[in-house]
Amino acid sequence: MLETQGSLDLSGDPRRLRHERTVRRVFLSAAVFTILVSVAIVLSLVGEAVAFLQSIASEVEEGLGSLFADGWFPRRDRFDLRTIVWHTLAVSGIAMTVATPLGLGAAIYLSEYAKPGVRRVLKPVLEILAGIPSVVLGYFALRFITPDILRNIWDTTQQSNLMAAGIGVGILIIPLVSSVSEDAMQAVPRSLREASYGLGAKKWHTSLRVVFPAALSGIVAALILGLSRSIGETMVVAIAAGATGGSLLQLSPLNGGQTMTGAMASLAIGSDQVAGGVAAFQSLFFVGLLLFLMTLVLNIGSERLVRRFRQKY
Amino acid sequence: MATRTIGSGSTAVTQDMLRRALEGRKVNVINPLVALTLLISLLASLAILVVLLWDVVAKSMPVWQERGWSVITNDLSPRPEETGMVQGIFGSVMLTVVVVILSFPLGVAAAIYLEEYARDTRLTRILVANIRNLAGVPSIVYGLLGLTVFVKLILEGMVGQLSGRTLIAGGMTLSMLVLAIMVITTQEALRAVPMALREASYGVGATPWQTIRHHVLPVASPAIFTGSVLTLARAFGESAPLLLAGAVLSTFFAAPEGTPITSLVMSEKYTALPIIIYNWSRQPQTEYIALTAAAIVALLVILLVVNAGTILARDALERRRIR
Repeated sequence: MLETQGSLDLSGDPRRLRHERTVRRVFLSAAVFTILVSVAIVLSLVGEAVAFLQSIASEVEEGLGSLFADGWFPRRDRFDLRTIVWHTLAVSGIAMTVATPLGLGAAIYLSEYAKPGVRRVLKPVLEILAGIPSVVLGYFALRFITPDILRNIWDTTQQSNLMAAGIGVGILIIPLVSSVSEDAMQAVPRSLREASYGLGAKKWHTSLRVVFPAALSGIVAALILGLSRSIGETMVVAIAAGATGGSLLQLSPLNGGQTMTGAMASLAIGSDQVAGGVAAFQSLFFVGLLLFLMTLVLNIGSERLVRRFRQKY
Repeated sequence: MATRTIGSGSTAVTQDMLRRALEGRKVNVINPLVALTLLISLLASLAILVVLLWDVVAKSMPVWQERGWSVITNDLSPRPEETGMVQGIFGSVMLTVVVVILSFPLGVAAAIYLEEYARDTRLTRILVANIRNLAGVPSIVYGLLGLTVFVKLILEGMVGQLSGRTLIAGGMTLSMLVLAIMVITTQEALRAVPMALREASYGVGATPWQTIRHHVLPVASPAIFTGSVLTLARAFGESAPLLLAGAVLSTFFAAPEGTPITSLVMSEKYTALPIIIYNWSRQPQTEYIALTAAAIVALLVILLVVNAGTILARDALERRRIR
């Protein structure tokens, strides 16, 4: 319309516009690159995982039955998934038993009770803990938790065991659980607390019976995120849970056993394919795919819950 | 009704009951008890941290006393009394350099697109969800990506190296690992820049890119800087993906004397400090208990120095801006 008037052209300098478009395209391609990363992950996992299933179906004696054989011994073509999945759940269960009370307690204290001065001193403690690399916690679990704590309680504890690994992983995820659930409680509006006090409720009642339930979906999201992180944690398990090479299904967490990530780490050590057949190497990708799917489902679930508590307030 | 009873003054008992109900004379046990329990659960984390640091330092003491600096400056050796971690420190530093070169520009650019350019389209929503999910993928899965794509496909397949298990492959793997986190921290930094700044810039006729370059990025840079360094610190301590992306897992290895740094990065075997910690921690000889603790102390000191340095640098950056 403006062009019909002839005098006023607001479309701007075409060179400038072209330049702007190029810049925008550069940034867009960087963002699209992240999708490429996801595609590459999925393709590299699925390709070898399918090859794994094919090669055990055709080359291994028991065929696909070796996925439910006796124990996880990839070098001997025994790929019992129940063993490593059960051990993973055991380690995660122990980790959550450690991290849930400590993480949530810390979160409620920091969000509802701590005075600004106390907060400034104590909050960094969790941040420092969050910055400790997982190899360090693996060493701590192997050289301190097992000999100095577990052996004093149960003297039958093996040198490498699932319990110590679980406690180590639990310590690792305390900061995560605490910071996400603190955010959830901070998002609860002040008016809810004030209404509670107005009705004569005491501090503990307000914190635990009003703010906590109001933030529940966020807190559950924090716990799911912690669970997902604990399932995928590798180094603590690789160092402290033992059973390099393979393990039978262990019902007692005081014994050593291989988890999904532990199995991957120990396959990785021999990933030059010196020992064992092709199937052993490929099983690495099959377990990786399983791990990827498990954490993906948990992360998406947690994301949904977080979005819900954000919408509510 | 109650007031009438008091007003009549006939029943002192009722009066007393009412006052007590209003003033709350009951001794409150639950309140401090709950507060104490919560405080204890927070202090437990502090206690764990103190015990962990104390334990590691105490276990490493004999090594520092007997070996001094040689445990840092020596190459790896099959003999525990001569071994050292300099190759691991070199490897970790070079890995971090590769990660900075690859993931910083990519991550910042992607974040700029998402925060400054993207409208709420289907593509944008997919991009955001995808980055969230990438940030939650377990680190060892990135190792599988590194093994298939960087080690096998690119270095051994396309470039034609005999073994793709080189530092550059490890660096690329770690870059992919931190990319999503880099994007998310940069997005947060950009989001904290006030909208009014952008509007003022558009108001005087600036283009989007001019606005970003001259107004948004300078304000966001201290936060981007801090976020990136913290992310890099995470990469520095990361080891699971390197197990797969080819870091050397033996108690010793050596590159030929006088190998130039470029071929150390591009074509030689490599290791990293956290990998040395993992490797030493599973050696059966008892000497390695103290050696591992010494390597951990070295790693934690490096991380501490980097983090403290970042905070100081950020403060300096912010002070310069205010002036």
